[in-house]
Amino acid sequence: MIPPAFDYVRPTSVDEAVRALAEGGEEAKVLAGGQSLLPLLRLRLAFPELVVDVGRIPGLRGVREDGDMLVIGAMTTHHDVVHDPLVRRHAGLLAAATATVADPAVRHRGTLAGSLAHADPAGDLPAVVLALDGEMVAQGPRGRRTIAARDFFVDYLQSSLEPDELLVEVRLPKADGWGFHYEKFHRVSQSWAMVGVAALVRRADGHIAEARIGLTNMSSVPLRATATEQALTGAGDAEAVARAAESAAEGTHASQDASATPEYREHLTRVLTRRAVLAAAGMG
Amino acid sequence: MTHISVKVDGTTYEDDVEPRLLLVHYLRDRLGLTGTPIGCDTSNCGACTVELDGVSVKSCSVLAVQADGSEVTTVEGLAHDGELTALQRAFHDKHALQCGYCTPGMLMAARDLLREHPHPTTDEIRHALEGNLCRCTGYQNIVRAVQAASEEEVPA
Ligand SMILES: Cc1cc2nc3c(=O)[nH]c(=O)nc-3n(C[C@H](O)[C@H](O)[C@H](O)COP(=O)(O)OP(=O)(O)OC[C@H]3O[C@@H](n4cnc5c(N)ncnc54)[C@H](O)[C@@H]3O)c2cc1C
Ligand code: FES
Ligand code: FES
Repeated sequence: MIPPAFDYVRPTSVDEAVRALAEGGEEAKVLAGGQSLLPLLRLRLAFPELVVDVGRIPGLRGVREDGDMLVIGAMTTHHDVVHDPLVRRHAGLLAAATATVADPAVRHRGTLAGSLAHADPAGDLPAVVLALDGEMVAQGPRGRRTIAARDFFVDYLQSSLEPDELLVEVRLPKADGWGFHYEKFHRVSQSWAMVGVAALVRRADGHIAEARIGLTNMSSVPLRATATEQALTGAGDAEAVARAAESAAEGTHASQDASATPEYREHLTRVLTRRAVLAAAGMG
Repeated sequence: MTHISVKVDGTTYEDDVEPRLLLVHYLRDRLGLTGTPIGCDTSNCGACTVELDGVSVKSCSVLAVQADGSEVTTVEGLAHDGELTALQRAFHDKHALQCGYCTPGMLMAARDLLREHPHPTTDEIRHALEGNLCRCTGYQNIVRAVQAASEEEVPA
């Protein structure tokens, strides 16, 4: 279908973009890679009066280091993330999960920041950034603020960004020395996760010293499997991991849709968590 | 209206377009380049795949205004003077199409793959084409064609 009509601006700086958003108010929408927004416009599920295209703002694309943090600019595409040497070295979980997002053509346009701002519970990257203890840097008319991943996702398709704020960068603590794995369950290639599990594991003396687990699509927001994370401390073999994974669905609120019941999603969460942790810990 | 300048298959076009105009509609309805079809409303089928500044994109999921200042290659820009590229010839030789609706997108997606991986495995070919749906062939011959093209000396 043909999208509804809207006005279009293509600012050349973050300040200019923020001004345009502030003037547009609730009726303005940021356009990044467009891989979620354009399908919504085509299906006439969104009716912005103003589209603010941030795709050409210099300096928003790319990955850099800042001490112990990895800083990923808002216009860094999924394709960039998958291939970036810094991401692969310090946040391998993100590169691995991003490689499962959509297909090559979508990955050429879609951005990490766009996926996070879109806050789709079935999106793979929110749970990954949550497991990595990442933070988002937003810029608005009142200046810059940093939002921890655990406070960023508010509800279904809703982040804590204000309408006049631009997400400018994503900051991830370097996860050097952590084993990682993203386990995604979907029915057909290119489709969204029915459930996804992002696992990070730090081992010491042959045991799991610390584990962090993010869950995709088990609530209206991404979740951490905290009960399993705690139970994994000290786990030294596959049986201990399997026992800890039994509590992976605690505190989740999975939805019902054409492809799965909540109970089936809970079952998947337990099974996929076991697999993801074993792979991350190199015990598989 | 927004003014755009886009180079498509080697020719530069200057136009005033509505911001909501999709690149695929610009190519088809404005420029008459109907070699790029539209197969879905959900950005899933990949039939509309073109190259934008050297990488594959779904032209139904890009606004024409986003292509301002860029270079677009469509399936119509592949052959020169009626001479098919190695990849196109391989699709013909290996019977990689039946109705042909998915073929422009398959070709553009496969070109992208061969640029990054000149000698892909069949697994890599299948993964690279996961955003392109074919209702006819069952994919086997498409995979064979891409592999055959990758074995030729001439670049796709
Ligand atoms: C066929 C298909 C399959 C897909 N499969 C998957 C999948 O398996 N897993 C997955 O995770 N995703 C999937 N996606 C979605 C994809 O990852 C999108 O790229 C991503 O969700 C949005 O990023 P974008 O840059 O394209 O954002 P856009 O579409 O441009 O924007 C999305 C939303 O975020 C807002 N926004 C974007 N950037 C910013 C910013 N910097 N500051 C403030 N707000 C911003 C926009 O206003 C809009 O509301 C798929 C998409 C398609 C078309
Ligand atoms: S027309 Fe189906 S993906 Fe573009
Ligand atoms: S040949 Fe008919 S859709 Fe592929």
